[in-house]
Amino acid sequence: MSETKKQKAHVEFVLNGEAVEVAFAPHKTLLEVLREDLSLTGTKHGCELGECGTCAVLVDGRSILSCLMLGLDAEGRRVETVEGMATTDGLHPLQETFADTGAAQCGYCTPGFLLVAKELLAHNPRPSRDEIKDALAGNLCRCTGYIKIYEAVELAAARMRGEEMELPRESVYGLE
Amino acid sequence: MSKNGNNGNLRVVGKPFRKVDARSKCTGQTKFADDITLPRMLHCKILRSDEPHALIKKIDATKALRLPGVHAVITGDDLPVPYGILPVSQDEHALCVGKVRMVGDPVAAVAAVDEDTAFEAMNLIEVEYEPLQSITSVEEAVLIDEPRIHDYGDHGNIHKQVHLEFGDLEAGFREADHVREDVLFFEGNTHLPMEQHASVAHFDPDDKLTLWSSTQTPHYVHRALAKTLGLPAAHIRVIATPNGGGFGGKSDPFNHEVVVSKLSMITRRPVKVVLTREEVFYCHRGRHPVLMKIKTGVKRDGSITAMDFESYLDGGSYGSYGVASTFYTGALQTVTYEVPRYRFRGLRAFTNKPPCGPKRGHGTPQPRFAVEVQLDKIAEDLKLDPAEIRLRHLAKPYSVTANYLRLGSMGLGKCIEKVVEGSDWKNKFSNWDRENRKLPAGKGIGLACSSYICGAGLPIYWNSMPHSGVQLGLDRQGGVRVQCGSTDIGQGSDSVLAYIVAEVLGIDPFDIRVVTADTDLTPVDLGSYSSRVTLMTGNAALQAAERARELLTLAVAEKLNVPGDNLSFADRRVFDVENPEVGVTFAEAVVLAESKFGTIGTVGSYTPPRSPGKFKGAGVGPSPAYSYSACVAEVDVDAETGMVVVERVWIGHDVGQSINPMLVMGQVEGGVYMGLGEALMEEMTYRANRNVVHKFPSMLEYKSPTTLEMCDVKTYLIEDADPNGPYGAKEVGQGPLLPVMPAVANAVYDAVGVRVDEVPVTPEKVLKALQAKRQGKPARYGPKGVPQVTWPEPLKVLTPAEGGDGKEMPRVAVHS
Repeated sequence: MSETKKQKAHVEFVLNGEAVEVAFAPHKTLLEVLREDLSLTGTKHGCELGECGTCAVLVDGRSILSCLMLGLDAEGRRVETVEGMATTDGLHPLQETFADTGAAQCGYCTPGFLLVAKELLAHNPRPSRDEIKDALAGNLCRCTGYIKIYEAVELAAARMRGEEMELPRESVYGLE
Repeated sequence: MSKNGNNGNLRVVGKPFRKVDARSKCTGQTKFADDITLPRMLHCKILRSDEPHALIKKIDATKALRLPGVHAVITGDDLPVPYGILPVSQDEHALCVGKVRMVGDPVAAVAAVDEDTAFEAMNLIEVEYEPLQSITSVEEAVLIDEPRIHDYGDHGNIHKQVHLEFGDLEAGFREADHVREDVLFFEGNTHLPMEQHASVAHFDPDDKLTLWSSTQTPHYVHRALAKTLGLPAAHIRVIATPNGGGFGGKSDPFNHEVVVSKLSMITRRPVKVVLTREEVFYCHRGRHPVLMKIKTGVKRDGSITAMDFESYLDGGSYGSYGVASTFYTGALQTVTYEVPRYRFRGLRAFTNKPPCGPKRGHGTPQPRFAVEVQLDKIAEDLKLDPAEIRLRHLAKPYSVTANYLRLGSMGLGKCIEKVVEGSDWKNKFSNWDRENRKLPAGKGIGLACSSYICGAGLPIYWNSMPHSGVQLGLDRQGGVRVQCGSTDIGQGSDSVLAYIVAEVLGIDPFDIRVVTADTDLTPVDLGSYSSRVTLMTGNAALQAAERARELLTLAVAEKLNVPGDNLSFADRRVFDVENPEVGVTFAEAVVLAESKFGTIGTVGSYTPPRSPGKFKGAGVGPSPAYSYSACVAEVDVDAETGMVVVERVWIGHDVGQSINPMLVMGQVEGGVYMGLGEALMEEMTYRANRNVVHKFPSMLEYKSPTTLEMCDVKTYLIEDADPNGPYGAKEVGQGPLLPVMPAVANAVYDAVGVRVDEVPVTPEKVLKALQAKRQGKPARYGPKGVPQVTWPEPLKVLTPAEGGDGKEMPRVAVHS
């Protein structure tokens, strides 16, 4: 085995609300640590070069690309992945609306979109369509054309504000 | 029992249910191939060629094998049997034997304890190459016979040439009032699925191999593994993991799938490979770059009298689906508008680039671009409205085209009417009067139409078995298990199975356990390609479910002493329609049936109807049904920068019947999105030197639309039910992409008065066309001509209108 991996780094951080300790080769990215050392494979990868947004997670509430952050830099931070979004009370409203609207087609980019959208709604509970587009501009999706994702975010935002809202008929059945 | 199940009173079909896997996808629980980790698993890295075309003189893996942690290194010598998706193109080796044909060709592979060690070992393998002249384009391939990239094919570096003639073409042109000839080019582009291909192989102590892989076609991978590994197919199990996007890019058997299987056989440990994004660009199999010449004769009213189409495909380094792709560039020109006489000449060349294959629309978006842009020009020549010229001359439903495609339902007229009305076309389109434009300067509007198959009429390898099979198991507790070889690539095919079975059996789709894409556990479905799954697996599921319903009906009718015809299946009950309180629960019905007949399981299968075409080459194009789309695009073109912004797209899609309208909407919007990328920015291009290196094999520089480029989409679902579809359903996964590129190009012309006869329509091309216009040259950017080639003698077929029987006419002279 190569020389670089003999000495493991030991890091402690808060992952989805629980304290974790993990030892890993110091050059590993947070993405690799999450997937390979902590077995949380909900965080996906599309390029490992910071180009696609698929590996986005929240660190101290801010979205970051986990493929560009060293695992070492997670020391003492709060990290949230898709696995932490649902609670015993049920799915997060964004997860519900992504499921309801078909915003997850292949589902591969979905975890990244969910977390970036969660960050958006934490700061802006009533985002306009353009604000949603701006917030999600760093995440690529090849299936949906993004439209069902916007609709899911808008629906979740309304429900989180306590408002009754359903998708417009034209979003489900098309225009008359 | 009627094909429409519960007498038209649908409870599941046509309703926006969640997908059966929606929750697992939204919680990160769906297990993609790279999410699988097995005990003692090794990791594989594949060394790839940095030469575009070279002989392999020597491979030395001594240093790699000495590295601690390395368990095996293999080369082409270990996997000498070739394979390929088409029986006529068995031209790939899992690791190159003797020569490499492109930068990125696999040369050797390592299995090691972890990915870093495998990577380090891969870089210690020494390869000596003897470079050969590289072939970089179709134009070169037709001129340079030697060196040949492959030692098979029609001639030199020409892989395939076809020449089909339907009817008296010259008579057709003589009848025309106006004949136009145009040359257009469609640049190649790639699928760019978010998930990089990954596979895990495990050769177990019982000498059985299991491969988990992100593939759209587990059945074909199964066949390729049996062939290349020399194992009995019965000892191989292929499980297609949910695909993180496919779009056609995971439809071939791939070298890495064979490689990890072999490495697992050697090391007797599980082996995983995950491709880097750069490697995904080398897998490619994407849209062929196609140069096209189209000559069309029309009457003054715009009716077509004859069409002569030529296509030149840059196939890249391997066959892949290319022979089929070549035929597809000539197949569907006839299914939208009446084309009474038609000739097609197609040529596919080998070049030293990643191999092209099937991408969403497989071989048909390129010719559709040419047909629809040329029709726009013809409309201007004749001063006809682009919507009118199309509406007046629609192909007839339930007719047979000049090239022997049997059409079914045809909702294109309704699609056109909807997008024309929705876009306010009549108040925006200026009727070719550039002096009195209705839209402001720089704004433009364009229209185009298209059609796509609902599944290929013939299988990839010749056989007379079903294309799709479904097995149902009914549990006495009331659960139902659906097993089918189909592969969910995000389009929702698992859900479609559940919806259809739930509809027939009157239960909830979420009562159903769907088991798919596992060659050990599921009957064969040919795969998620050619938009075949909803129609074919849907019909197979419908048959299996109706057979189960029949058994339950017999048992319940006996128990309740009610005629079977009176029984209805709904709300998890089986009951007398006249006295709904008289009935049993669905679970009780299964118990009654199991008591009467024994364990309850049924099967269903689907084989497409035979095509009327009997000539050689008639295998590509026939389909049980055809979907139709019409699109209007509104654009804003900045004449200073050449930037094209597509502001809005109106699209009408004839889906026959939505099995789930929400998922249909998602497919339409996703298709428009991908079409927008192809129209404006996506391209597989190579550095302009003999090294044929991809310009930008990365997601950053291979431009694809983000949220900021995606346009507003106004969708109309047209439901012109087709008798061959389950509940009348037709495809939606591929069709809605097709009209977007020509609609955008036509809109750009409307906006600034220049033709960009080439996609992508980039700012540079728009500016060059504007510059040409200012200089008094033809106001266009695009190819000027096609290569000079000798065509084989035509295969002539009389059209149905001429009394043809679908067979080729005897040839007068034959030469190669």
